[in-house]
Amino acid sequence: MTAPYVLTVNGTERTVEDAWLGESLLYVLRERLGLPGSKSGCEQGECGSCSVEVDGELVCSCLVLAASATGTAITTVEGLQPERSDFTDVQQAFVDEGAVQCGFCTPGLVMAVHDLLNRTSEPSDLEVREAISGNLCRCTGYGRVFAAVEAAVAVRRGVVS
Amino acid sequence: MDVVLPTTVDEVVAARVEQPAAAVLAGGTDLMVAVNAGATRPEAVIALRTVAELATWRREDDHLVIGAGVTYGQLLRSELAELVPGLAHASRTVGSPQIRNAGTIGGNLGTSSPAGDALPVLVALGATVELAGPDGRRSLPMVEFATGPKRTALGPAEVITGVRVPVTGGAQQYRKVGVRNAMVIAVASVALSVDPGDRRVGVGLGSVGPVPLPAPEASAFAADAIDWATGTLVDPAAARRFGELVAAAASPIDDHRSTAAYRRHAVAVLAERSLRTACAPGAPDREVAA
Amino acid sequence: MSTVDDKTVDDKTVDDATAAGARTGRGALGVDAPRPDGGPKVRGEFAFSGDLWADDMVWGATLRSPHASARIRSIDVSAALALPGVTTVVTADDVPGSKYYGLEHRDQPVFAWEQVRYAGEPVAAVAADHPETARRALAAIVVDYEVTPPVLDPEEALTAPDLHPDGNTFRRLLINKGDPTARGPVVVEGTYELGMQDQAFMGPEAGLASPAEDGGIDLIVSTQWLHNDRDQIAEALGLPPDKVRLTLGGVGGAFGGREDVSLQIHASLLAQRAGRPVKMVYSREESFLGHVHRHPGRLWMRHSADADGTIVSYEARIVLDGGAYRSSSYHVVANAACFSAGPYNTPNAVVEGLGVRTNNPPCGAMRGFGAVQVCFAHEAQMDELADACGIDRVELRLRNAMAPGDTLLTGQVVDGALPVAEVIRATAALPLPEPLAADPSASDPMGRPGGAGRTTDHGDVVRGTGFAVGFKNLMYAEGYDDDSHASCHLEGGIVTVTCAAAEVGQGFVTLCQQIGREVLGVDDVVVAPADTAIGSAGSTSASRQTWMSGGAVEKACRSVRAQVLTGVAGAHGAEEADLDLVGGRVVARSGAVPVDVALADLTADRAFSDSVRFQHRTTYPLDADGQGDAHVSVACAAHRAVVDVDPELGLVRVVQIATAQDVGKVLNPTAAIGQVEGGIAQGVGLAVMEEMLLVEGRPRNPSFTDYLIPTALDVPDVLIDWIEVPEPEAPFGAKGIGEPPVISSTPAVVAAIRAATGRPLVRVPVRPADIVGLDG
Repeated sequence: MTAPYVLTVNGTERTVEDAWLGESLLYVLRERLGLPGSKSGCEQGECGSCSVEVDGELVCSCLVLAASATGTAITTVEGLQPERSDFTDVQQAFVDEGAVQCGFCTPGLVMAVHDLLNRTSEPSDLEVREAISGNLCRCTGYGRVFAAVEAAVAVRRGVVS
Repeated sequence: MDVVLPTTVDEVVAARVEQPAAAVLAGGTDLMVAVNAGATRPEAVIALRTVAELATWRREDDHLVIGAGVTYGQLLRSELAELVPGLAHASRTVGSPQIRNAGTIGGNLGTSSPAGDALPVLVALGATVELAGPDGRRSLPMVEFATGPKRTALGPAEVITGVRVPVTGGAQQYRKVGVRNAMVIAVASVALSVDPGDRRVGVGLGSVGPVPLPAPEASAFAADAIDWATGTLVDPAAARRFGELVAAAASPIDDHRSTAAYRRHAVAVLAERSLRTACAPGAPDREVAA
Repeated sequence: MSTVDDKTVDDKTVDDATAAGARTGRGALGVDAPRPDGGPKVRGEFAFSGDLWADDMVWGATLRSPHASARIRSIDVSAALALPGVTTVVTADDVPGSKYYGLEHRDQPVFAWEQVRYAGEPVAAVAADHPETARRALAAIVVDYEVTPPVLDPEEALTAPDLHPDGNTFRRLLINKGDPTARGPVVVEGTYELGMQDQAFMGPEAGLASPAEDGGIDLIVSTQWLHNDRDQIAEALGLPPDKVRLTLGGVGGAFGGREDVSLQIHASLLAQRAGRPVKMVYSREESFLGHVHRHPGRLWMRHSADADGTIVSYEARIVLDGGAYRSSSYHVVANAACFSAGPYNTPNAVVEGLGVRTNNPPCGAMRGFGAVQVCFAHEAQMDELADACGIDRVELRLRNAMAPGDTLLTGQVVDGALPVAEVIRATAALPLPEPLAADPSASDPMGRPGGAGRTTDHGDVVRGTGFAVGFKNLMYAEGYDDDSHASCHLEGGIVTVTCAAAEVGQGFVTLCQQIGREVLGVDDVVVAPADTAIGSAGSTSASRQTWMSGGAVEKACRSVRAQVLTGVAGAHGAEEADLDLVGGRVVARSGAVPVDVALADLTADRAFSDSVRFQHRTTYPLDADGQGDAHVSVACAAHRAVVDVDPELGLVRVVQIATAQDVGKVLNPTAAIGQVEGGIAQGVGLAVMEEMLLVEGRPRNPSFTDYLIPTALDVPDVLIDWIEVPEPEAPFGAKGIGEPPVISSTPAVVAAIRAATGRPLVRVPVRPADIVGLDG
């Protein structure tokens, strides 16, 4: 068991007690902090389903040792929208464009697309593909995900409201 | 103490002395894979995230000292991409954006996988690995640092503080074959550095030996084949011969990712193309659109 | 469900769907409709089965054999039981009921006891207070194995001593059609191989089993078929089926890989023994070990034709490696053999289909179910045949294309829609991409073969185009009594539809709402959780749920509609035929009596409901010559692939796939596109990267590091043309659309690589060394 430690998740300080040292941030989010939105698909950083932001950088939470993430600002998919009933523009685009099938990869993809659009307002096709190349999806073949990114870009440019 | 978060290199070394069994955690992209799989059960962890010196880089005349904690993402997106384009090329082939934001050049060295993408570039650049330990600091040539698959010359209480690489101003290339167009472990890779100042050609090979390999004969051949006044090949056909010499330096094996024969073939092709591009008339290929 | 935290299965999904729907518009049949679970899924609030949590729960984990073949001398669990935090350990000795389970035939041990038949076979399971404790407990179990030589080659298995009391042949199916001696002047012959593909769904197997007060088990689990799971669990636990209650947890994809039981029995048994809820979640490695794969195959085919390309005869021998246990091998063999000639008129045929038991991992259902393997072979044959006859490859396919009224290899006359020539023509007519020299993507190394590896310069690339056509049956076959149950309940103006059909991502829940809206003229249709309280809906497989469970839901909704109209007509003295349901109201469309009644008012204090069973037409077993009306319906598609290849390195980028598909009727255009694009990605994966590699029967690459599936940089642009010829017997005229995209996309890609490189490429996945010519 580790000594208690504090993580700052979605702007809130959360104390983690009685944890095993080897627990990943993903495990702690899901099993200790009641935030199962980040999904566990491979625990190797290969699938991207567990993507979160740590100090503004998109990372796989399965590869973050939770006890070493003290003092960082962690944002999960649950922290993207201010109100529970709201959608971010990216989330809305995913729903509207049919980018969701089983949905297991979706939270990670939503995080990755937010990260992309925060860095690049008008990504090219290849930039979109590269930005989400670490988020495996087995249902959609990515086609509707590309459409969702395009739709979100259009909304941000004010082309569509 | 479960997790130590030191802020200086001295504190890291002290922690290493105090807890020799503690795992050293950089970006987590290797250690946590092992922990998650139950292959490693650390009793204690020294996390390097908060060590300021490791997270920075500085220029010393015609060299750079890049901190061990610099991530692939930083190598790709910062001014470093202009100064050492080979490392930027290699970084862009590493995993996914998520992995590049976490993985560090020091972690790549510490793990010392034959497939580590930064390592062939360090070999090609003639880099040195900077180490700190209880007896002070030392430097090791890259080719002496990696001693085998997942084995290094790192001392028991030492820590990798960074790498020292030349700023050559010349063309650098990194090309990597995998069986997928992104997010794949190298089946074979080639790094090339053409240094017009020293009139030196450096080569580093990945995934074709127990460690990243140099190709000294190929390097010497290429240095002779280049018209250094123009930076182009005297005879364009030399690129193919260069590839053959590179392949001769490889000692690949068969495994589940590929065969020895294909790997040897692939490094020949990659090397030929790299030299062909690096010595093409016009500016060196430094394009690393991020 | 009282022990389960409220974030698990509740009606939150429905509330959220309303919120999502209000912003995205509504849809009845034929137009886009938003997924009811879309809002929760994009916000990370949808409860997948691995997200479940219960007070006092413990974690289950499985011990698996590292050996493909071994005798078990002894199992000592004492050290594991002694570990602090370990609740219980179970082995075969602890299975109270049937010690065998199996999807179609109970031949697989719940836990191996005397004999291990594949690497990864479960031997014991533990429950403990933390996943790490459970992992340590597994390591503390001592199994004394006497390792024996495994039988890994299916041909060898055919003559080897029995690996199982049931023998080594799951099925040998012979088809004899027409004149076995007929031959045309042009003959082509080839042998083709396919590696073992995995479904590789993103959400690993997971479930939460809770002991109930009545001695039964409540299990929330991700599966494709709740009722079949329930029956197998009940048998193994020695419980009556009604004491085993399953509820569908959120399913992270399936593709056939969840048709067989994985952790269901283990978790239930652990919960029964522990007296506490048990959560089991497979790691990615265990997921690869813990579910069936697509059958690897070796296929020999010989076609003969007239000089004009008209097929005269067809012979084939199809050998599928079923691995250690039967799973669905019996029916995969049938599908492979029956559809092995492709959608081409084949008057004379001799086919042998074999499914063989080996010590390799068990194989079973995966999207395409036998048709994938044969399509790779028959499409390579069609190209060979066209070349041998000196006619265009597309033209040869058109010349032999089946149409309604033609016969399958089984002699069955196709009496529904089968627009083969139409899908071929429509596919060929779709625009090609920009030529290589002008392709903007190819100007960036990221858009060339090798992608992010920056291996390939522009001049290193050649382009090729390939064409393929495939078909497959829809729904179960060979006399299986296929049915689905559904109910519809209208009260307070709200329609609630209940059906046990497993939503695995494909969008059945959306379809349920669309049907409810279409039939009952309301906006709000609630889809109740799928569970075993209602009758079986059959499996979410075989392209059957839109037809079968869609049909059941429609039937239930139509019954409620009729009750409403009868009631209102009677109350108002109107003619039923004059009434309609529109916008949540019963209105008179014509007739003398004006009627306008809000359903909400009508059903404020009364309810209309019905529960129904839906069946498709009867099918029949195949006879000794493989002849008979065994199938319900067939669907076809064509694919044209454009690939860029770096021949020197053997690297490929699939640039574009154009497809026209026989869909009957498109019920939800965006969802349909998603099925096609997703299926094509899996077909591309099989063509160029996906293979579960075995070393001495052991999976060598059970991880996403080494079992590679396509990333966003690996998938092509997809162009789609729908061929809508309504299927007469299908509800709404719609055919299942999930499988055809994965059938002929693979051979189209490989044909394109052949065209670019001139290499024969008779095995998938095509490896770089195969293209380079270093395959020895």
